[in-house]
Amino acid sequence: MPDIPVLELRGITKQFPGVLANDNVNLTLMPGEIHALLGENGAGKTTLMNILYGLYKPTKGEIFIRGKHAEIHGPTDAISQGIGMVHQHFMLVPVLTVTENVMLGQETVKSGVFLDKRTVARQIREISAQHGLDVDPDAYIKDLPVGVQQRVEIIKVLYRNADILILDEPTAVLTPQEVEDLFEILQSLVDKGISIIFITHKLKEVLAVADRITVLRRGKTVATVTPAESTEQSLAELMVGRAVELTVQKGEAVPQEPVLSVRDLVVKDDRENVTVDGVSFTLRAGEVLGIAGVQGNGQTELVEALTGMRQVYTGSIRLLGKEVANATPRTVTEMGVGHVPEDRQRDGLVLSYPIKDNMVLNTYYRPPFAHWVVMDEEKIIEAAEKRVKEYDVRTPSIYATAGTLSGGNQQKVIVAREFSRPNKLLVASQPTRGLDVGSIEYIHRRIIEQRDSGTAILLVSTELDEIRALSDRIAVMFEGKIVAVVNAADISKEQLGLLMAGAMPKDMPPSAVVAQ
Amino acid sequence: MSVAAASQKLILSTSEKRRRTIFGVIFLLVGILIIWFFAFESKPGQLTTFGMNPGFASNAPTIPDLIFPTQPVLYALGLIALFMGGWQLARGYKSIGAMFGIVFGLFVLAFLAWAARDKSFNMVGMLQATLVRATPIALGAFSGVIAERAAVINIAIEGMMLAAALVSVVVASATGSLWLGMVAGIITGGVLGLLHGVMAIQFKVDQIISGTAINILATGITGFVVKRFFIDPNINDKFNHSQIFPPIQIPVLSAIPVIGPILFSVNVLPYLMFIVLIALHITLFYTRWGLRTIAVGEHPKAADTLGVNVFKIRYINITLSGMIAGLGGAYFTIGRVGQFDEAMTAGRGFIGLAAMIFGKWTPIGSLGASLLFGFADSFQQKIQILIPGFPSEFLLMAPYIITMIVLAGVVGRAIAPAADGIPYEKD
Repeated sequence: MPDIPVLELRGITKQFPGVLANDNVNLTLMPGEIHALLGENGAGKTTLMNILYGLYKPTKGEIFIRGKHAEIHGPTDAISQGIGMVHQHFMLVPVLTVTENVMLGQETVKSGVFLDKRTVARQIREISAQHGLDVDPDAYIKDLPVGVQQRVEIIKVLYRNADILILDEPTAVLTPQEVEDLFEILQSLVDKGISIIFITHKLKEVLAVADRITVLRRGKTVATVTPAESTEQSLAELMVGRAVELTVQKGEAVPQEPVLSVRDLVVKDDRENVTVDGVSFTLRAGEVLGIAGVQGNGQTELVEALTGMRQVYTGSIRLLGKEVANATPRTVTEMGVGHVPEDRQRDGLVLSYPIKDNMVLNTYYRPPFAHWVVMDEEKIIEAAEKRVKEYDVRTPSIYATAGTLSGGNQQKVIVAREFSRPNKLLVASQPTRGLDVGSIEYIHRRIIEQRDSGTAILLVSTELDEIRALSDRIAVMFEGKIVAVVNAADISKEQLGLLMAGAMPKDMPPSAVVAQ
Repeated sequence: MSVAAASQKLILSTSEKRRRTIFGVIFLLVGILIIWFFAFESKPGQLTTFGMNPGFASNAPTIPDLIFPTQPVLYALGLIALFMGGWQLARGYKSIGAMFGIVFGLFVLAFLAWAARDKSFNMVGMLQATLVRATPIALGAFSGVIAERAAVINIAIEGMMLAAALVSVVVASATGSLWLGMVAGIITGGVLGLLHGVMAIQFKVDQIISGTAINILATGITGFVVKRFFIDPNINDKFNHSQIFPPIQIPVLSAIPVIGPILFSVNVLPYLMFIVLIALHITLFYTRWGLRTIAVGEHPKAADTLGVNVFKIRYINITLSGMIAGLGGAYFTIGRVGQFDEAMTAGRGFIGLAAMIFGKWTPIGSLGASLLFGFADSFQQKIQILIPGFPSEFLLMAPYIITMIVLAGVVGRAIAPAADGIPYEKD
């Protein structure tokens, strides 16, 4: 391996008003290396990469590319220096084709005027073949699954002849299978001489794929280590700055009377497709039922139907003995159902409202927060202050809008709101998606606390580790049906993975109830 | 994936079924209407004459007018609509939109045949008037397309047209050159477009507010000029009295019967409108500028990360938008009457925006919608000659009712560019 780093960041500092996002950060990327940048939400990973890509100007510090000092004033400079970035939220225009998205900004033209889509499509096919990035150049982005869209993003970078590839949280939106495919692609890119910076907060992935790991904490570089000398535990401690429990401590569940009973439920999505196709299950007080499944197998619609947010087509939902199919969300809430929604920004918060109002969104119209039609501002502030402290929401003030919080803190606001009243049933959908280890640990502990105080918990997650860590029983959803219900202790990760992929493992445990 | 696709197809067919039924019933109703109101109301032996020659000098040879027995033709038209309704209910047409257009056409034809029974109606004259009246609407719609495709809402088209109408007639009167007048009108629109751009892009003013401000500004200033200066006959005669663009007979093409007089014997503005149409269609869908425009309108951040200058594209487009609106404004004075009156654009800019939405933000669709509006406009005028006392307001309402139906998503949903109206901010 040659000794000149392909990229070197020296003493990068970025001061935002009131926040020091990067504090004297150093990073060296060697040629043909996968370098993981690890850190909690808000540790300054994305800021650092945006500086490298020219989207932000650093307050201090220097960038060297292939040993030479580089000035990067915008994406155009970054691209011309061979830097390509795959953003966490894809930068693809849905109504345009793959070819059009790839060529945008660097269009090939014929006769000096007209777009030459055929040539670009051919180039895309060449890049596809070379790196195993299978994609149809004529497909429209809006018709492609997320995993394929990500490949388009990587092709965009390669089309611009970049040899430094930055991936910002690339696995956050992928299914386990897509993650494996991505890792294979990354390996093949590195073999062809491309250097990769891989931003993440997932410890397992870092250990699986990185050559070296740089850990950021509160804007500072804490350490650069190799996977060989690290464990999940040691990395977590570097990230958070204290010892972290990666596994949830929980005792035996004591299931009591049934709280929720769903029978033959059929629900359609917005495009009128049947996405929940005859689902039945029973949930008891004091237990956690995990709904496992790859994203898009009907979990979203199931949860929306249970919480009154979506029309039920046929079937019955009985909550505490009362039929609640097609009840309004408020009726369901008032019967004692807490809901941590999957899309926290869309369904969980009013982003433009202050935290204090978001804290009481489910009960703002009732005493003690309102008397008749008048809201009691003092009581709301009092409750909000208490909840912010109790749930460790990190915010300058309860008057800051929810939109200004980081993802983890937004989730804590929702959890604080939903957990602060006695719940009979708690529906938690992807409760820790996109959160860092510290917040995950915290929210997991709260969920088990709720269970032990006698709440029935329905946990929906696409993360196998989360499902296995929290659930007492696991129901696997595949293409709208529950294909198996099984005691969590009896099933291996591999068996669960097979069930989620629609296959039936050979030796299912005796506790399993398998659908026909 | 395959299962999802299959179930999607299944479900699509249920919502399609509902649509099929709704349209089938509409077609049947139209058929019944034609027979009930028109066929029953006319007597056997009555004849309808449709004039096939323009009422003005033209290169086209005179051809015989279309004369037919009223009642049988009405029965036939009604039966065709009934048959189409039945077919639609039983089997369903593939392209409902086109069939809806045909049934609508049948109804209009039946109405004309009935209204012109025992009389003569100049069909070619009405169709030519349709094109002429559609011209400013279409230019307004193109102006909207070019701006909104880059995500700048231009509600100020009306005001830009009004200002350009005034400036072009003043310049044309003072210099005696219609072409200079037109250029002045285009520049006026461009300047107002740039002003809207500075407010909307630079200062991130709400685009509806900014556009409304320009509309009010244009109404106010032009009104002031009329009341303060043109009230004096001397000034009026010198600065508000120009020639108008004469009709241009395109060689060969204008000699084709029916089509020649309708399409190829108009003045320069409809021709320019077609040139703008073709240029806009080609540049928007086949050039670098078009690709960048669409990207900036749909996902500006994505364009920005690829080195596309979002602000530059938006400035260019809103200025071009103003210039096209300015050309549309010139039509009202130097293209038609040679003199400016207060508020003479009479909402055509807004109708252009409706045509843009109806046309789903595409140049060709916008022209189609503009022609529909232009048809309604000329139709209601002619019908007043045919049936004195007919409340033409109802006919004038028709295009707007159709627009509302379209916007409600019955004929097919119209989707605006995703970032339409949202100022772009770099973090």
